[in-house]
Amino acid sequence: MSAPGALAFCGRLLRRQLVLAVRRPIEIVNPLLFFAMVVALFPLGLGPAPDALAEFAPGMLWIIALLSSLLTSDTVFRSDFDDGSLEQLLLSPQPLYFSVLAYVGAHWLITGVLLALVSPVFALMLGLPGQAIVALVISLLLGTAVLSLVGGIGAALTVGLKRGGMLISLLILPLYMPVLIFGSAAVQAAVIGAPAGPYLAILGAMLSLAIALAPVAMSAGLRISIDA
Amino acid sequence: MWTFFHKLGSPPWLYGISGSILRYLLPLTLLALAVGMTWGIFFTDPDFRQGNSYRIIYIHVPAAVVALAGYYVMAIAGGVSLIWKMKMADVAMRACAPIGAALTFVALVTGAIWGKPTWGTWWVWDARITSMLILFFLYLGVVALYEAYDNKEAAGKACAVLSLVGTVNIPIIYKSVDWWYSLHQPASIKFTGESSIDPSMLYPLLLMIAAFYALFTCLMLMNMRAEILERESRTKWVRKLAEEGS
Repeated sequence: MSAPGALAFCGRLLRRQLVLAVRRPIEIVNPLLFFAMVVALFPLGLGPAPDALAEFAPGMLWIIALLSSLLTSDTVFRSDFDDGSLEQLLLSPQPLYFSVLAYVGAHWLITGVLLALVSPVFALMLGLPGQAIVALVISLLLGTAVLSLVGGIGAALTVGLKRGGMLISLLILPLYMPVLIFGSAAVQAAVIGAPAGPYLAILGAMLSLAIALAPVAMSAGLRISIDA
Repeated sequence: MWTFFHKLGSPPWLYGISGSILRYLLPLTLLALAVGMTWGIFFTDPDFRQGNSYRIIYIHVPAAVVALAGYYVMAIAGGVSLIWKMKMADVAMRACAPIGAALTFVALVTGAIWGKPTWGTWWVWDARITSMLILFFLYLGVVALYEAYDNKEAAGKACAVLSLVGTVNIPIIYKSVDWWYSLHQPASIKFTGESSIDPSMLYPLLLMIAAFYALFTCLMLMNMRAEILERESRTKWVRKLAEEGS
């Protein structure tokens, strides 16, 4: 049997991760429930005045998306590290660059994309003006992909540690901040009727940079974690 | 040239040469700090708008500049240790993180003290201030990651990867005052073109910046020497050193 090509292998790995996630639906539903519950916390904490909520909605939605990406990023490599299949992956002749992209891609599909798709519901509940919702969805789609890639670096560096959970937030939250700045700025621009395009373009540029460089850092991180 | 690099990789040689560098650099640094502080505080005119409170600039700006530059030193040392597997580069990277964190902290605290009389507030969520706070967390992240690993070799590599990844934030911090115009003033010192600061205030400031670079180098070398002794504590040359009591 001949070995599959790099891209075919990457596709199979992605499918495997997605199948694994679908078999454990709680992993898919958890970030969404988290999103809904934190949205519900803000009116309780800030008071239910619709004007104030609508004003803070872009930043709130973005921060919640960021937190749910952060909370789930620890699990990207965890189970495969524990059962040893990650070690097999590192030993295999397949380029690690594409393999880690598959892991991160699966993470993005089951957290970021789903969050972006359900975000209009919560945006309307918080009173975000209708014209900003397109910008919100696009900015979340682009931004959460960057978050997944950067979170993957943190996950790769801490997967060998017993208590990586708290550490990962210290490591990757500083790197999340540029995404948060431009993501929420895009939505805020759309709220006041200004073009959100420039901010989305910057998010796209960040995504390109992250796709090019993050898998390299992740591969290095995984090799270090396996060796340790 | 190449023998120089080979020697750099040798702990006893590095320990020796850093000792002799420190013997001259440390007094020089302290002298420069003393002269710069005295010059800045007693021999410059008060600022026409900020009065005497601006004098904290002689600590604030050098600390901030060197804190940012220190991140590059750390990342470059980390890159060198990853690529060429030089153990001493790993030691250098490790030595940078706590000093950088301390300098960032000094820059933040002096900024807050300076902010109170000039802006009327200790803290604002201004782009430059917030990004300096992020730099502080970046440094702390490297320290925390290093402490989290039991295997020190892996810890060094992981920190090197992290510090390289973190460099993407540094240009944002540098340019934050120009991109987001808010309370923090834009850069006053320019290498190209006219600086918007009077020469009588600029020269002591430049002296202080140079002194802080020297201070960073001294502290880094001292940290490295301590780390080298700890790592090499089982070798003959360290035992000999300890027996001689030097």
